[in-house]
Amino acid sequence: MYKQLSERFGPLITIGILLLMLLWLVMLVILPQVLMIDYSLRPNLPPSELGGVNDSYTLSNYATLLDNQIHQSIFFKTIWSSVLVTACTLMLCYPLAYYLAKVATPRQAALCVLLLIIPFWINEILRTFSWFIILSYSGPLNALLQGLGLIDRPIRFLSGDGGVIIGMVYAYILFMVFPLYNAIESLDSNQIKAARNLGSGWIRTHYRIIIPHAKPGIATGCIMVFMLSAGSYAVPALLGSPGSRWFTQIIYNWFFEGGDWNQGAAYAFILLLLCIGFIVLVMRLFKVGLGDIAR
Amino acid sequence: MTSNTILKWGIRFYITLFFLYLFTPLIIMSAATFNDSRFPTISPWRGTTLKWFEELWSDTSMWQALSNSAVIAAGVLMIAVPIGVACALFLSTYRGSGKHFIYGLMLSPLLTPGVIIGISTLIFWRSLNVNGGILLTIIAQTTFIAAYVMLMILARMQRFDRTLENAAFSLGASHLQVFRRITLPYLMPAILSAGVIAFLQSFENYNTTLFVKGHDTTLTVYIASKVRTGLTPSINALGLVLIVVTILLAAAYELRRRHEAKVTEQAAAQIAQSD
Repeated sequence: MYKQLSERFGPLITIGILLLMLLWLVMLVILPQVLMIDYSLRPNLPPSELGGVNDSYTLSNYATLLDNQIHQSIFFKTIWSSVLVTACTLMLCYPLAYYLAKVATPRQAALCVLLLIIPFWINEILRTFSWFIILSYSGPLNALLQGLGLIDRPIRFLSGDGGVIIGMVYAYILFMVFPLYNAIESLDSNQIKAARNLGSGWIRTHYRIIIPHAKPGIATGCIMVFMLSAGSYAVPALLGSPGSRWFTQIIYNWFFEGGDWNQGAAYAFILLLLCIGFIVLVMRLFKVGLGDIAR
Repeated sequence: MTSNTILKWGIRFYITLFFLYLFTPLIIMSAATFNDSRFPTISPWRGTTLKWFEELWSDTSMWQALSNSAVIAAGVLMIAVPIGVACALFLSTYRGSGKHFIYGLMLSPLLTPGVIIGISTLIFWRSLNVNGGILLTIIAQTTFIAAYVMLMILARMQRFDRTLENAAFSLGASHLQVFRRITLPYLMPAILSAGVIAFLQSFENYNTTLFVKGHDTTLTVYIASKVRTGLTPSINALGLVLIVVTILLAAAYELRRRHEAKVTEQAAAQIAQSD
């Protein structure tokens, strides 16, 4: 390792490279995760009992989730809501990504991409806040629906999971558009033409030619959106109510209200396992590797 | 009308709807800034006013949060960019066992939810007696922002022609000279772009920051806490300012990127001609 690098960069720069890399990977990436897992396996003890007889490894912090019906239902709700958000963004983005990559002229595509980048650069909190205004009880959406005579009295959008899901689709949709667009764009348009000439209909062409080619992009988009949704604190905190808590909010409460960091670490690790499980599942399902995802 | 024309118009209609969906919320939020109503909304319109900008301007906690965010973003920029460059140089040079594993490890912060990065950083650094605050926020954000930087630099590094370095070596240049005069200047555009992205990523971060901020407040934390307690349209004024700044930055970034692409293309064309 050192030899290959020092041949190219000389000893001084090589040492700098290796030090920076080690500093990041060991101090910021690996050790914090290891210590979080270690924490999750220990009981929450007062400082005087640390290192004492009770300070031994236990799975009790994980058992809490099995015993607590409310936490369990919130956990499963977080999973299926995140899946729902992922599915919605995928369906909404696919036609757009296809249009940008294969139908639009280069000029149109460039303009559209620029228009997409702008909201992408605007902060998640602000994008969520804009839906807070739209969905509020006396907000424009209720005013519009009432004006059209569709509803008699305003709807409380912000008191259930619906508002959170709407906000998440909006907040994370652009993480789906760009991977899809990049994947579809790399498809040779002649393949589409050939399929059409051979008599394949539109649906068949998408199903047999474009979607299989776009698999890595679909996988990347799904992984990003699911991870962002399941791990989101901002959106449920702004658009949810006490009745529609998210799993991340329970984790936060263990840390800053319950004061039980060990318990919080266990819940955080469960969330991490969930995301890893989803990544593995998607990679299996789409038969793509990690290298395809990072492109 | 053939089915193709219908399809074409259908997709155009869809694209229009999509962009309406993307921009209407932001427009409504911006418009609410000018409504003379205590609660931010556009319905009903109670008269046009600029007073929410004044309220925002005179809010000292906003200025404090803004300066914290700027300090944190600058700190992240200074740490994450060198780390990202170092890792990209490593990956583009090292060929051997364990490379896939190291690469996967470097990508892992991007596939980890932000809250978990915040939590693990908080737990680990407390054991070293570093508590939540500006310093810890810089550390936590660097964890994943360095990975973004690494990917951006690596993308440019992959198009690098290493014969340039070898030519310089055979002309008697030292390792340091080659690095300073050839490799680094080649990477510079990517380093600048990565710097902009790193700064913005840090500035906009909420989920990770929330766990490691201690008693300090960043701008995103300030906005979120205002939305939940004591919301007035001055938050919309802040949102509007941030949106305008973002649009300007995005436009500048995009123009520069296109200019860069053009220059590269022209250079490639010249090389092709001289061949």
